[in-house]
Amino acid sequence: MNEKEIYKRLTEVFRDVFDDDSITLTPQTTADDIDEWDSIEHINLIGAVEDEFGLRFKMGEVSGMKNVGEMVSIISARGRK
Amino acid sequence: MKELEYPFDAQYILKKRRALKRQLSEDGTERIKKRIAVLGGSTTDDIVSAAELFLLNNGIEPEFWQSEYNKYWEDGVFGNDELEEFAPDLVWVCTSQANLRLRSDPALTAEEAQQRLDAELSRFEQLWEKLKRFGCPIVQNNFDAPFYALMGSMDSWDIRGAGYAVNYLDLEFARHAQKGDILLLDLAGTAAEYGLERWHDRSYWYMYKYMCAREAVPSVAYKFSLIVKSLYGRNKKLLALDLDNTMWGGIVGDDGVDALEIGQETGTAQSYYEFQQYVKDLSKLGVVLTVCSKNEEENALAGLSHPEGAVRPEDFALIKANWEPKDRNLLETVQQLDLLPSAIVFADDNPAERAIVGRTIPEAAVPELDGERPESYIQTISRGGWFEPVAISADDLSRNEMYRRNAKRAELAANAGDYGEYLTSLEMKAEICGFRDIYLKRISQLTNKSNQFNLTTRRFTAEQMEGFMTSDSHITLYGKLTDNCGDNGVVSVVVGEIKDADTLEITLWLMSCRVLKREMELAMLDVLVRKAKARGIKKIVGVYLPTAKNKMVSRLYPDVFGFAEVGEGIFELDAESYEFKTKYIDITED
Repeated sequence: MNEKEIYKRLTEVFRDVFDDDSITLTPQTTADDIDEWDSIEHINLIGAVEDEFGLRFKMGEVSGMKNVGEMVSIISARGRK
Repeated sequence: MKELEYPFDAQYILKKRRALKRQLSEDGTERIKKRIAVLGGSTTDDIVSAAELFLLNNGIEPEFWQSEYNKYWEDGVFGNDELEEFAPDLVWVCTSQANLRLRSDPALTAEEAQQRLDAELSRFEQLWEKLKRFGCPIVQNNFDAPFYALMGSMDSWDIRGAGYAVNYLDLEFARHAQKGDILLLDLAGTAAEYGLERWHDRSYWYMYKYMCAREAVPSVAYKFSLIVKSLYGRNKKLLALDLDNTMWGGIVGDDGVDALEIGQETGTAQSYYEFQQYVKDLSKLGVVLTVCSKNEEENALAGLSHPEGAVRPEDFALIKANWEPKDRNLLETVQQLDLLPSAIVFADDNPAERAIVGRTIPEAAVPELDGERPESYIQTISRGGWFEPVAISADDLSRNEMYRRNAKRAELAANAGDYGEYLTSLEMKAEICGFRDIYLKRISQLTNKSNQFNLTTRRFTAEQMEGFMTSDSHITLYGKLTDNCGDNGVVSVVVGEIKDADTLEITLWLMSCRVLKREMELAMLDVLVRKAKARGIKKIVGVYLPTAKNKMVSRLYPDVFGFAEVGEGIFELDAESYEFKTKYIDITED
């Protein structure tokens, strides 16, 4: 799975979860860039990303992820679908 | 919305909930508003979001208030300004085994083990007692099984085991539900249906304090929505059944009765037999059964009389076996039984028939029976939850019989030359009195599900009804109607509030559609006026609040009751000059 494809699918997940088709992701995107990305929505987002790529983030990873770029590198290393 | 009916795609619901909510909110459905306080023992945000979707889909627009994480007990027992101000219509204590402080502990003595069980139980009893201050129903989860068993199977029966603790408390909670203290949400059953191995997701517990796996969240929310929609009268009422390959294997018209697969001979025959048995059991919940089949009537009746079958033709309120389109038959069925199209669940193995009905009667539920697998029919209909009761009254047990008699009366009336003569021939007797304890459940059940003959469509719980019963400033009436075809049970409810010394305002006036055109409403009015006059009332005020469903009573006050119209939907009656109207009903009053 190449990064371009991951970004494409990840963008769809973000758009679905926040019901906002204008979202565009870059490696630097963080919760500060999306209004509705609060701690509650964060859990749902992580879950939806896990569902999409068929992986489970480890407990430490979720709190350690600083931006979308880090999320993508975990997905590209461990994503199974 | 198909996406929110069983079997739903949990991942899809979780991911698309914003879009789904937007679609539901924009679909123009009229919904009743309810304030729901969720006192959670874990993170409840996702549960609440999913519950909102399922409730919106059932005609209920909820407003939620949530306690802070794991503050369910403190908020419930000691109060919380926000919660008190919120004044909920319903409280949901959403707890799970994660909230029990009862790890398996082999070091305990039996006495100590029992003491800690008693202490845990009394913690919840105290909570429910305190929550009574809201005078509203309390939905309480029972407990899912623990995620490991220290002592293996012994954990489930040894008094020191965590598994035993859950079993014990679940049974004690059930006893409280039987007493009416709480409405129990079967979390144990929900977890088991979902699969306990997948239900417990420890990383989501440690990281986010989720009581179950994220993907199980919609299942919990769904179970909750079934209880709530039942409580507020949003259940379906009628199960319309196809026959060939739905109620038995084979085509009765082609294969003949003897060749049908039904009974105990083969596995397939058994699966149809059990389905018939399930259908018959549903009628004991008050579900009205009808047939909607493309068949010659003679063949349909022969199939339903199959000696190996579990149902008989007389189990059905109405049998439509003909070659007309099914949607037309269904609409006729509800019309003849004085029900609405939204009351229908249509069970048919044929996807083409389902598609037509789903398209032409969108408010009907059309479960996807898999014709290849008749053994799955029971689960498909049962998990749909359309008929889930929160209580069962004596009336429910005989509802089919009543609807069947209704259909028969309608036939009689159609043949009678003079309607008055027909009414006389029914030898009707009514018992019209102030509310009584034994009828409170039925009174609130009827109040919460009557939509058509309902002037104000206000909903009240049994607790609130009890309040009216004991209040000095209210006049309450229930009406029971019996005729020579049988007992119709409690069919009408009226509540009036004495506003000042000589004015009575009618808060609630409703009647079951099963006794339409029997002049029962006139008997109710006569008794109300008599009681009002005895209390010195001179003026009776009635209001009509229009909804999508109660058009049939828009002119009841002025045209039938003789009230004067004094404003938009506001009517007045002078009690002194009222002329009593009952002609065909023999009234007993208190």
